[in-house]
Amino acid sequence: MIKSNSGIRKTDVINRRMFIIGAAKVVVFAGIVARLFSLQINENKKYLTLSDKNRIREWKLPPTRGNIVDYFGNVIAGNLKVYQLHIIPEQVENFNYLLVRLKNLLNLTDKKIARINKLKAELKPWDSIIVSENLSWSQFVKINNYLYDLVGVKPVMTISRNYPFNDVYTHVLGYVSQPNEQEILANQIIQERFVPGMKIGKLGLEKRLENYLIGTNAIQRYEVNAYGKRINQLEHQKGQQGSKIRLTVDTEIQKACGELLSEKAGSISVMDIYTGDIIAMYSSPSYDPNLFLFGISQDEWQLIRNNPLKPLINKTLSGLYSPGSTIKPIVALSALENNVIDTKFKVKCTGKTELYGQTFHCWKEKGHGWVSLKNAMKQSCDTYFYEVARLLGVDRLNITAEKFGLGKKVLGEYFDNEKKGLFPNTKWKKNSLGKGWVLGETLITGIGQGYIQSTPLQLCLMTAQIANGGYAIKPKIIVDSNPISYEDAKQSMESGLLFDSNSNSLLDKKLYKDKKNIKIVQEAMFSSTNERFGTSYKSRIDDPKYQFAGKTGTAQVKRISKRERELDLKLEQIPYKDRDHALYVAYGPYINPRYALSIIIEHGGSGSKAAAPLAKELFKLIIDRHELRNKQSNFERITI
Amino acid sequence: MFQHDRLNNEITLFQKIKNLDYILLISVILLSVISVFVMYSTDGGEILFHTKNHFVKLAVFFPLMIFVALFNIKFWHNFSYIIYLIVILLLVWVSFFGIKSSGSQRWMDVYFFVLQPSELMKIAIIMCLAKYYHRLKIENVNSFTSITIVLSIILIPTIFVVSQPDLGTSILIALSGLIILWLGGVKIKYFIYSFITFLISLPFIISFLKPYQKLRILTFLDPDRDPLGAGYQIIQSKIAIGSGGLGGKGFLKGTQSYLDFLPEKHTDFIFTLFSEEFGFIGSVGLLILYSIIIFRIIRIGSISRSNFSRLFCFGYAFAIFIYIVVNLSMVLGLLPIVGSPLPIMSYGGSSMLATMIGFGIVLSAKINHKQIIA
Repeated sequence: MIKSNSGIRKTDVINRRMFIIGAAKVVVFAGIVARLFSLQINENKKYLTLSDKNRIREWKLPPTRGNIVDYFGNVIAGNLKVYQLHIIPEQVENFNYLLVRLKNLLNLTDKKIARINKLKAELKPWDSIIVSENLSWSQFVKINNYLYDLVGVKPVMTISRNYPFNDVYTHVLGYVSQPNEQEILANQIIQERFVPGMKIGKLGLEKRLENYLIGTNAIQRYEVNAYGKRINQLEHQKGQQGSKIRLTVDTEIQKACGELLSEKAGSISVMDIYTGDIIAMYSSPSYDPNLFLFGISQDEWQLIRNNPLKPLINKTLSGLYSPGSTIKPIVALSALENNVIDTKFKVKCTGKTELYGQTFHCWKEKGHGWVSLKNAMKQSCDTYFYEVARLLGVDRLNITAEKFGLGKKVLGEYFDNEKKGLFPNTKWKKNSLGKGWVLGETLITGIGQGYIQSTPLQLCLMTAQIANGGYAIKPKIIVDSNPISYEDAKQSMESGLLFDSNSNSLLDKKLYKDKKNIKIVQEAMFSSTNERFGTSYKSRIDDPKYQFAGKTGTAQVKRISKRERELDLKLEQIPYKDRDHALYVAYGPYINPRYALSIIIEHGGSGSKAAAPLAKELFKLIIDRHELRNKQSNFERITI
Repeated sequence: MFQHDRLNNEITLFQKIKNLDYILLISVILLSVISVFVMYSTDGGEILFHTKNHFVKLAVFFPLMIFVALFNIKFWHNFSYIIYLIVILLLVWVSFFGIKSSGSQRWMDVYFFVLQPSELMKIAIIMCLAKYYHRLKIENVNSFTSITIVLSIILIPTIFVVSQPDLGTSILIALSGLIILWLGGVKIKYFIYSFITFLISLPFIISFLKPYQKLRILTFLDPDRDPLGAGYQIIQSKIAIGSGGLGGKGFLKGTQSYLDFLPEKHTDFIFTLFSEEFGFIGSVGLLILYSIIIFRIIRIGSISRSNFSRLFCFGYAFAIFIYIVVNLSMVLGLLPIVGSPLPIMSYGGSSMLATMIGFGIVLSAKINHKQIIA
């Protein structure tokens, strides 16, 4: 009985305790349901987003760069389909066998094979290894023929920058290549759009116009698993090609410049004297920018770098030269404007002039005799210009020279390698050298030697502004959104005003005080080329259609010693580095002028022998292209 | 009374089968079917390794459950201590000769099957303690001797399992044991005192934990401190469950699982996959199914005439409950990650074997609910 009692009591205890537990269970289960509710109902959106973030990954593809075209719409920097070879390691059955096969098919170097093996170790097995960035068509065909034997190999077509004219535009366009870390960090847009394999502008307009040219990424969305492997492609979002840029240059003329300068170090610039359009701008020697696209080889790079003619320097913009006698039109103009001389003013040239015990030589030892402005310019008499410069003084000369564009950047912000040059005055010397100006320095400044330094493009601009009747122009190389036709520009100039496309208003761009003085200088330049005894008489063209006016220049690289003067060495006898630079500036046609040019041949000897003959060949082409250029008036509106 | 006893002993096989608890049986079958489908989903919608093995195990262990049920509950009562001792011996054996895997030594190879004895201990400890309290006089429940004995019964296997190391299972074993102490009538104040002692000594216990266990606790407190390392599992699990929403992403459409973001999706995190694909409705449905099973077990306990049956059923119902709670709390980010499977659903033979044996004994108690055990 007691036992049974105890049993019942025990059962009661168990049941009571069970009841407490049961209640607790209900509470705990309710808690779990509440948690489920909060995760799945209340926070569902948040977790759905997180889940999508997990599984969807975006792959940015390299953007397609905008084309750069010349004035006539020819593509000068475009894009090309290139064939690449990728290996996907996880699909490869026998990696070593594959490498041996590829090595034979593509003639891969051992270094390249080692690099592929290194990449294979670093990358995930489903990430593709780029074996060759740029297969030739025959290689591509070969690979496709053997594809059955090359398991895990994928021939891929992609887009790459291409410069169809090779070295013709290198110094204008620059080139693209893989960016380094600083370059990516420095530009917000590049940072946003960067993907491995993308190339950016490294130099020239490609660099300057990066933000317009770059284009937007195409985006591919994939579903990926937890290890990052792509499972499905979800959608493809097309990218937008970068803006098209149209330049003012003419490829035919640019090419001709390159040919004329082949094997030489130097520069040719051609400019429209009314619109300021740069028609050509060639620095020689050049190099092929296509070499940089897939990483230039060390050998090729050394070849460019160590070339004594310095292809890496853009001589048109950053080459600084003494203008030599090409400065004489400005000296004459300045003297006329300041009423220091008139057309009747004469100087007797005996071959040299003495000043404070120092002798200043004319290039012609026997002297020119009595010379007027016209004759002095024609024969480039140094003694005349010593005298004119002495009378004028360097400060007044400086004012005129700077008005015509010397000592200032021509294209401004477009090329960060453009140099300012220098046109000295007394104040400049005091400030930067701490010494007083010496009259002798005025004399040599008058013949374009001494402190004076100018770029070929500055000389071209100077000539253009004399040619157009003495009006300021704003040189440009990009056809902008507000283009002005040459007729409009000319007309507004002749009415004494110039249409300014930036402010959309007519501005007074007169550079002269008396229009007559410009005419005198123009005539003097004409005689220099087209009259007997003119320094560039041999390079003249008699046909009025092509007839041009110009001024030669021969810039000394080093001071000529007395002994050397007596020896009167031939060009070939002088070491290359010591030879004079040959210069020539010209504009044409003489009636209704339209174009100005400047030519510099480094260490070419005399301007009349080395530089002026090139102008003769060039002017024919330039004038022949004139009609075509005029017809090409359907300006494309490109907003920059 | 004698006559009654005799009648029960003469119960026929047909009567036994008729007396099975069909609601429990159907619920278990339903759960098994769901588990096979979920396993099929973890295999990415194909009948692969896990699906096949899980199905085979169900096909073996489900009949085993019926077989266990056909033995009289008296038999299980009589053999309780022996079973407990056998499992203890297995634990000892494992601690010396067991198979090592991912840093712990918990398994033994029994020719056709890799057995984890600690899973069996979850059932054995309930049987052992149920028998002890069945036989113990109510007056002696709170005596020093009996408390010492029951604590030893709990501590011995717990220590073995902790040292494997397997914190999750040892906690479940200890909790399964403690619930029998509670049901047996150990004074509530003892529980309260020991709980307070436990809280006070908690920092001390933590200092004894292995570095990875400490990391798990830290991770639980702040999963985002190392989202790709220690916190990865719990973050991905919450994303999977949360993104399931009301109705789920649909069968075989759980992106978190089939894109391999879910860790341990076959075993401890099986609920995560289920919840991602079937949503809040499915999850609550599964909880209801489990609740029905627990409720049926409690009901069988409450109609049992013997205290052994009663204690076992109540204890086992609580054990199932605590397995579910620990597992779900873990995947829902409510508890630190301790390895603990979800009964029947998770892949794993030993766990299923133990669970099925448990159900079998419960069914035996149902068949023989009028049986009095002296």
